Amino acid sequence: MWKELPLSDLRPGQVGQIAALHTKGAMRRRLQDLGFLPGQWVKALQVSPLGEPTAYLVQGTMIALRKADAAQITVRRGEQNGTNSGIHR
Amino acid sequence: MGLTVASTGKGAVDTGLKVQRRHPGDLVVALAGNPNVGKSTVFNALTGLKQHTGNWAGKTVASAQGECRLRGQGYVLVDIPGCYSLAARSAEEAVARDFICFAHPDAVAVVCDATCLQRNLPLVLQILEVTPRVVVCVNLLDEAQRKGIQIDLLLLQARLGVPVVGTRARSGKGLQEMLQALLQVKQDTPLPPVTGYSPALEQAVKQIEQALQYQSLGDLPPRWVALRLLEDDSSLRQSLKEYLGRDLWEQPAVVTARQKALQQLQSQGVSQQGLQDDIAAGLLCRAQQICKGAVHQQREHNTDRRIDRVLLGKWTGFPLMFLLLLGLLWLTVTGANYPSAVLSSWFGAIEQWLAGVLDAAGLPDWLWQITVQGMLRVLFWVVAVMLPPMAIFFPLFTLLEDLGYLPRIAFAVDRVFHKCAACGKQCLTMCMGLGCNAAGVVGARIIDSPRERLIAVLTNVFVPCNGRFPTLITVFTLFLLPVGAGGSLLSALGLSCVILLGVGVTLLVSKLLSATLLRGVPSAFTIELPPYRRPQVGRVLVRSVFDRTLHVLGRAVTVAAPAGLVIWLLANVTVSGQSLLAHISAFLDPFARIMGLDGVLLLAFILGFPANEIVLPIAIMAYTAGGTLIEMDNLLLLRELLVQNGWTWVTAVNVLLFSLMHWPCSTTLLTVKKETGSLRWTALAFLLPTAVGVIVCTAFTAAVKIFA
Repeated sequence: MWKELPLSDLRPGQVGQIAALHTKGAMRRRLQDLGFLPGQWVKALQVSPLGEPTAYLVQGTMIALRKADAAQITVRRGEQNGTNSGIHR
Repeated sequence: MGLTVASTGKGAVDTGLKVQRRHPGDLVVALAGNPNVGKSTVFNALTGLKQHTGNWAGKTVASAQGECRLRGQGYVLVDIPGCYSLAARSAEEAVARDFICFAHPDAVAVVCDATCLQRNLPLVLQILEVTPRVVVCVNLLDEAQRKGIQIDLLLLQARLGVPVVGTRARSGKGLQEMLQALLQVKQDTPLPPVTGYSPALEQAVKQIEQALQYQSLGDLPPRWVALRLLEDDSSLRQSLKEYLGRDLWEQPAVVTARQKALQQLQSQGVSQQGLQDDIAAGLLCRAQQICKGAVHQQREHNTDRRIDRVLLGKWTGFPLMFLLLLGLLWLTVTGANYPSAVLSSWFGAIEQWLAGVLDAAGLPDWLWQITVQGMLRVLFWVVAVMLPPMAIFFPLFTLLEDLGYLPRIAFAVDRVFHKCAACGKQCLTMCMGLGCNAAGVVGARIIDSPRERLIAVLTNVFVPCNGRFPTLITVFTLFLLPVGAGGSLLSALGLSCVILLGVGVTLLVSKLLSATLLRGVPSAFTIELPPYRRPQVGRVLVRSVFDRTLHVLGRAVTVAAPAGLVIWLLANVTVSGQSLLAHISAFLDPFARIMGLDGVLLLAFILGFPANEIVLPIAIMAYTAGGTLIEMDNLLLLRELLVQNGWTWVTAVNVLLFSLMHWPCSTTLLTVKKETGSLRWTALAFLLPTAVGVIVCTAFTAAVKIFA
């Protein structure tokens, strides 16, 4: 059972699978280069002491995104299956 | 980037990296890789001190070239800027792409981080599309081992089709094998498998390849050119035009084929953006296939997360950050005391000896006065007071950088900077500015948005550099602490407060600039938080101390000594009964008084334009009327001197404020000119902080008069 939500709604410790990127232009390409691609698992790790940005773990790297940008990425949240190679790092 | 001689001297913006072979048989190797993979460790380990840094021609992007030899074969290593992809989104990536695609290095070594290999592979695959002479260097194997990650290098090699070498660059392991592999790919060009994309895209590529059959493409693979033609990258189009001597986008056969291909894709539901997505997905898919079964993770590794939960915690983050700043400053201040004292006594001895020599030689008195009392004293003062703190601060800062903590600072403070329409990375440039403002200005290159970069450049001066530390500490200790109370901790605390004030001013001015001259939308912000890594203490310290010593000595000779000479002349050349010094300070005095300073201080600041560290010695020399620098160990004596010349706590505060907010030093201004390429912004870089300083000091003085 899956639920779709924006990445910005993921609380630290929660995992989701990227469904789609809604950003355009340079930011979209940058996110793709950093590993935010549909099908990839992403885990919210740490929120900045001031509330944003939030650090996410994707393909083994920690990348921080601002709330507005994370809101443009849709993730699917549900049961975590055991074949996520990217997530357990 | 960091604080090195290269990033802080005039040479920071030298132009042109010409790749030079020492012998014709030397192998030119491009060293590429994602940021934070230890590429510079590999580079430094191989080339040591035999490297030469500077800038890429025409661009403000750092470059480095170095050489090494192995078994009679020479190698020239060219350090390409770290990039996530060859599709250029920034000046760095454009340089990386241009060098690999158009400068035809003999081989390319791509450095990868063993702890996140899958993420690093798309760059490898992109480079393989340009040239097959690639060696993949899987670095940080020691980190991977620590995290329980096992990598089957042979399997990766079989799947990629090019040599894959494991390295632990920090201990120098595997580097020889890498060099051997590079020679091997040059001698026997490998034939790696091709990365396939979606059927629709492959069809489009084939169509364009056909049209390219009759075009001469230099050494470029047609498949790669076809893919780029579909992508429509304007900066690549320009570079390609320069390389080929003509614009492919305008060749009729190519134009037709391209339009047809794009229309076909459109009819299959693939837009221009979809095309981009397809390429990214294709590279990822292949990367996953390559890693599957070749990369194993035993257990999840949590240490970094635990550390971050403390260092970036809601209530613990900022206090710890402040403590760190305090600690850094305290170490700098305390650690510098002993060496400063030692240097002072050595210089005192040299001065005595020199005086004796000149006396014995029977040279006139004024010669002794000019050289010793004028030039040498200031030079010695600068070296004794400046060198120890800089030799401590810079290495400590570099260690912190190596550790991986600095991006976390940017992460923590971004929200505040975002509110001022600036970027969290500006905080990093400010940290560099603490060491040297010119380095902070060069460091602004890490900010992608030109508008935000300019804000960072213009406001960098509000963070006091090492050169201003002695002035700030001395004035603070003498006038704002109870008489007799000293102690490095209180001085460090005072300095921290001044720095925090500087940060506050930076934010306000950034906000002001964003609202007026530099209006615009806040840019896309992403920052990678690298894993914490054990810093290479030994090498970093030696290199940094060596670096710094040279720099300070150089500055002392070229700036401080002449300044001392000038002051001595001003103080001893009399015109109509008064020394030039007295004339000028009298002239400046009324204006200075409004700001709560006096003519001498204002003159000292003006003469301190070449280097901030000489402001205080000049002021002292001017006050002692004879234009000599008396022994400054005795702080009480110094306090007496200042009080005699009309100083009060108000003057002290104004000196602190003006020291924080006034024109940048000449090196910084020159660097601003070179980084921005515009006289207009350089002028603003001069006027803005000056105006702020004048206003703040005047306001403070007036406020004191009203309320006291």
